[in-house]
Amino acid sequence: MNGLTFDIAHLLAGSLVLISFMMLYQDRLFALINIFALHAVVLALSVAWQAYIQDAHHLYITAAIALVFKAIVIPVGLHRIIQRLGIHRDIETAVGIGPTMLAGIGLVTLSMVLMLRVTPEADPLAREDLAFALSIILLGLLVMVTRRNAVSQVVGFMSLENGLVLAATGAKGMPLVVEISVAFSILIAFIVIGVFLFRIRERFDSVDVGALDDYRGERR
Amino acid sequence: MSGFSLDAVAAILFIPAAAAILAALPNYRMTAAVNVAASLLTLLAALSLFVTDRPAPGQYLLIDDLNIVFIVLNTFVGFTTSVFSASYIAHELETGRLTAPNLRFYHAMYQIMMFGMNLAFVSNNIGLMWVAVELATLSTVLMVGIYRTHEALEAAWKYFILGSVGIALALFGTILVYMAAQPVVGEGTNAMVWSVLIENAAHFDPALLSVAFIFLLLGYGTKVGLAPLHAWLPDAHAEGPTPISAVLSGLLLNVALYAVLRFKLLLAASPQAIGPGPLMVTMGLTSLIFAAFMLYRRRDIKRLFAYSSIEHMGIIVFAFGMGGPLANFAGLLHMVMHSLTKSAIFFAVGHIAQVKGTQKISEIRGLTESHPGLGWALVIGVVAIAGLPPLGIFMSEFLVVSSTFARHPWLAIPLVFGLLIAFGALLLRLTGLAFGEPRGGMAPVEASYVPIYSHLALVFAAGIYLPAPLVAWFQHVAGILG
Repeated sequence: MNGLTFDIAHLLAGSLVLISFMMLYQDRLFALINIFALHAVVLALSVAWQAYIQDAHHLYITAAIALVFKAIVIPVGLHRIIQRLGIHRDIETAVGIGPTMLAGIGLVTLSMVLMLRVTPEADPLAREDLAFALSIILLGLLVMVTRRNAVSQVVGFMSLENGLVLAATGAKGMPLVVEISVAFSILIAFIVIGVFLFRIRERFDSVDVGALDDYRGERR
Repeated sequence: MSGFSLDAVAAILFIPAAAAILAALPNYRMTAAVNVAASLLTLLAALSLFVTDRPAPGQYLLIDDLNIVFIVLNTFVGFTTSVFSASYIAHELETGRLTAPNLRFYHAMYQIMMFGMNLAFVSNNIGLMWVAVELATLSTVLMVGIYRTHEALEAAWKYFILGSVGIALALFGTILVYMAAQPVVGEGTNAMVWSVLIENAAHFDPALLSVAFIFLLLGYGTKVGLAPLHAWLPDAHAEGPTPISAVLSGLLLNVALYAVLRFKLLLAASPQAIGPGPLMVTMGLTSLIFAAFMLYRRRDIKRLFAYSSIEHMGIIVFAFGMGGPLANFAGLLHMVMHSLTKSAIFFAVGHIAQVKGTQKISEIRGLTESHPGLGWALVIGVVAIAGLPPLGIFMSEFLVVSSTFARHPWLAIPLVFGLLIAFGALLLRLTGLAFGEPRGGMAPVEASYVPIYSHLALVFAAGIYLPAPLVAWFQHVAGILG
């Protein structure tokens, strides 16, 4: 493989991991969403680059979905929802930034060690894409577990899903990639509409343990 | 007549899909009837799979001895639940908890769910299977949230988020399987076709396949309701309409289990990969013991039986994890018995909650006196699910325990421990619910007894005598499962 094409693919996938890290320490919702939009733009570039070097034209559709839907439509929609719900001033630090970043570093190390070890014979580009993709997935999960606000959980899930798209496009010649990215877009649209319609603000946890018992229907 | 059999597969998929559209009809009574009729037709189409020749496995669809069992069970419980659902939903409409447009939506979703589950069973393509499982999950999420109460929305949201994470992990696992297959099978659709994968699995990179299985087990395991990932299950069961609790426990958990089994077979065909058995045994035992203890603290009747489902899925996964002809046979039998019994229990519980107007265990007393039909159905169901003879679950649990004793005696200790703990909890709750001074609503009930008692009769019959052809079939399938 040409050194430059490899480097560019590597650069784009690496930046996605970096942007995932940036999400970890955002404590304002607007900032988080903006970072996510950046994530989606870089994903679109990365997928388009894969489409170019693999000569797989259908991947351009996936790239276009990432660019239009995830980088523009969803962030704009979420901005509006946040204003409507009146939670734009909320600051959330469920877990401190320091521990979260450390956990993130641990997860990235884990995925690198795991994926690079089990795929010694695979195509080097696919192999590193896979390791980066797993890092992004795990960081997305971390965003989801460290946040309490429903909107930021959705953002975490979307960044997780970006990792999946990266993995799927890195696997050369994989069928159904476009279909899966469309299916995921529909899923996300559902989630976002759900958040808005039902005004889901917070997840199930609350400082008030009584509320929790009530919710579980277990109060005597 | 291979053409006819393909038609049967097409019918299994096409009837629910068409019915979903039909269910949008303006008259709600019609939609309930459409739901029942479509479920019956799908069941008949599924039964015809036994007698017709099978099509050769294609790139997308596959019928083999393993999935016929699942399809027939799925469509049967789907049909009986639709009968139960018709009477349950009519009551919900009278009390005003649901409106007519809700019902059209509900029935359409019910059929979409059946479509998704059937598609997952017949798919020969691991990508298609993933899409089908996602579809089935999404439609149940929408049904869980149908009451629009705060609790129902929270439950649906929790189910949605955890289910999405599970489905994401499963997709990553699926991509890894493709990556493992691609150097051997070549690029393109073939590297996702299960029947091609299983032939070539011995040449796949074992390390990659092992990692893939871990993701798949975690991902689909979330939907099976295995212990560390079960958090969505009790809420979704408790807050949704009861017919949905019945199909969640009786069917949707099986769909995810089926996916895990398919990938377990792949792994078993690759000698150097990690053995899937120990992982499944560990997760199964953890779920069993955890759920058994959780049974004691339940105050909500539907939540109680939801935890019981986690317990039984733990037993089933444990049995399949043990492997070998006897344990697999026991696992299959237990899965069938659990589906039948648990859905019968939920049918009874649905009517009970409607007459009593509550799901709180402490407010339901003396059911055998106030509503003998429902009360005794609940008694028989709980006795069955607790694993007492002579009912079917006793037999399958006995087989699981005895095969464990024969091969890994030290594993039998935690298994029996978990079973006894759960047994105690269920009987403790049952005495309060079924006997004593009646409490709560006393209104007579227009229950649909046919689905409840037909399930219980099957479970009873299976406990007394299993027909030889069925035993032979299950033994054959158990042999396939390795």
